[in-house]
Amino acid sequence: MSILSYLGAIGAAQREAMQADEDVIIIGEDVEANVYGTTGGKSRADKGDFLTLFGPNRIRNTPISEEVIVGAAAGAAMTGLRPIVDLSYSSFMYLAFDQLVNQIAKNRYMFGGQASIPLVIRSAMFYGLSTGAHHSDRPYPMLMNVPGLKIITPASPRDAKGLLRSAIDSNDPVICFEACPLWGMKEDVPDEEYRIPLGQAKTVFEGSDVTIVAISGTVPEAWKAATKLRKEGISAELIDPRTLVPLDHRAIMDSVARTGRLVIADPAHRTCGAAAEISAIVAEEAFDSLKAPIVRVATPDTQIPFAPVLEGQLYPNAKRIEDAANRVLGLGPKERETQ
Amino acid sequence: MNIERETLLEMQRRMLRIRRFDERCSKLVKFGHIPGTVHTSIGQEAQVVGATVALGPEDYMTGNHRSHGHPIGKGSNLGPLMAELFGKATGVCGGKGGSLHLADFSVGSLGESGIVGSSIPIATGAALTAKVKGTGRVSLAFFGDGASNQGGLYESMNLASVWGLPVVFLCENNQYALSTPAHTVTAGVVAERAAGFDLPGVRVDDGQDVLKVYEAVRIAICRARAGEGPSLIEVMTYRFNEHSEGLRLGVDYRNADERDLWRSRDPIEIFRAWLIGNGVASATALDAMDEEVLAEVEAAVEFAEESPDPDAATAFRDLYTEPFGVTA
Ligand SMILES: Cc1ncc(C[n+]2csc(CCOP(=O)(O)OP(=O)(O)O)c2C)c(N)n1
Ligand SMILES: [Mg+2]
Repeated sequence: MSILSYLGAIGAAQREAMQADEDVIIIGEDVEANVYGTTGGKSRADKGDFLTLFGPNRIRNTPISEEVIVGAAAGAAMTGLRPIVDLSYSSFMYLAFDQLVNQIAKNRYMFGGQASIPLVIRSAMFYGLSTGAHHSDRPYPMLMNVPGLKIITPASPRDAKGLLRSAIDSNDPVICFEACPLWGMKEDVPDEEYRIPLGQAKTVFEGSDVTIVAISGTVPEAWKAATKLRKEGISAELIDPRTLVPLDHRAIMDSVARTGRLVIADPAHRTCGAAAEISAIVAEEAFDSLKAPIVRVATPDTQIPFAPVLEGQLYPNAKRIEDAANRVLGLGPKERETQ
Repeated sequence: MNIERETLLEMQRRMLRIRRFDERCSKLVKFGHIPGTVHTSIGQEAQVVGATVALGPEDYMTGNHRSHGHPIGKGSNLGPLMAELFGKATGVCGGKGGSLHLADFSVGSLGESGIVGSSIPIATGAALTAKVKGTGRVSLAFFGDGASNQGGLYESMNLASVWGLPVVFLCENNQYALSTPAHTVTAGVVAERAAGFDLPGVRVDDGQDVLKVYEAVRIAICRARAGEGPSLIEVMTYRFNEHSEGLRLGVDYRNADERDLWRSRDPIEIFRAWLIGNGVASATALDAMDEEVLAEVEAAVEFAEESPDPDAATAFRDLYTEPFGVTA
């Protein structure tokens, strides 16, 4: 075991995958100089600088051309490489949407299974840093609506290393959303190689009164909320789906069957968010076990403002999650969480 | 230029295959035997075949909505192509792609694209694989004059140039993007845009001459294979038929004189005369070749007609290599 940060764990998964298979390459802006902290860097050469380790043939520093970065990675994946694309800020992903939606998600299907696209796109959600509306997106729900993609949202260093490794192994395209509130998080991470299968939720801790499903950057906030609730005698079960596509229905349904109450924390916008999808599934499949209406704690449907006082109030935090839990238990503030 | 007799004859055979295949499609779509729409390459056979014959069997290729000529030119079997247009289980894509999205990986065809310009980055990526793995393969992207105004082309040309990727960008300039004349929406000359990316740009003014196209593409491919990077080739040509058939977009936006002038420059007739004039083949032999091709196309249509529809459950197949949910 070593204590690794979230970004350190991502770096470790990338390094191990590149050492294990020379078809794995990294493509992206500023990957050579390790600007985003997952490809070593000269200053940390003792820990393994990717350019030194793997050379410029496999560490592909690109121009600012998201469409061809993603499209070329797709073409490379269709012909024998296993690219990891570092697409940096999630807001930049929109420039590559044609390639993502029309090529990557559709090619295997349209071509009757002739193509396989072993590709990982890493997308960093830089929200909460006063970077304003052009750098604070959390767009995974848009892509959950696109069959053909897989989506992971690791929320701890250990999960990040294991899930990313499975993503790189996968012969299907996987998008890895990495929330910046998690980057500094540190924990013991196994030194050896390991994989966490896609599509398996994690029960962060068990409880019997209310189920809290928390996604990505809301997991630590939900943790705080659940800890506080526990002190007040309320036993909350915290579930991190970890993978949004495929989604572990079973884990969520089993939990709701026991608790009868569900709160979902989701840093994406409220309308058609991941929380909306999970709510719909539970309402359809487990309505009879529900003792109270489901509550979503999401980001309201407004754009992300610059001023810290404006931005800070928008994302789901421990307080809002705790209030929501109290509400489904009939204890909390009567005011509805509608935004 | 010294081209083997066999190759010369193969060029004519593949042009004929495209012509006869597309003529048949044009009828079949009008009578509803082929669902949806087709975009034929009739009139553009030299531009297609000059390029596909210059490529090796291992080389990659991507295309666009004018989609049948590319895989036929690269050597695909006609039966599974036609069956795909019919939406049959035996189609090259199992009936899930159709005319717009033909792909035949067995001949290096990585896919046609219904989105104008969208497959150019894919071809660029296939060239990246060739470069990273040192396979010596080359990749070629077919796209229209309309697509030459899509940004992805320039991102691709720039990336291919700085990375020295073995890719050939081939603009099929048939002078119209649907109803829009190229000169009204395209500044300057497409081929000259290459200079801005520090790569060779060549315009083949007579794209009805298969040998001219072949020679230009051959040079670009040699360059790519030698590790000297990408090239842009613009081939001037003309489509003889409507933009697309089956949708009844029957608006007359092209001048009849212009159409007649280009129709008199039929690439198959031009090359036929060349083959006979240069003693490569007799008129009788070429007629026999045409008969063979017609029979091949007929057999492809029969194959398609007799093939079963896809099983309904296959709508849920081939989305993921590791299926789940409705795809499991
Ligand atoms: C991105 C996109 N925009 C518009 C269309 C509609 N469309 C299909 S083909 C076409 C014309 C394309 O012209 P060109 O690239 O010159 O190819 P050509 O049809 O002449 O072979 C248009 C506008 C499309 N399919 N994709
Ligand atoms: Mg055109």
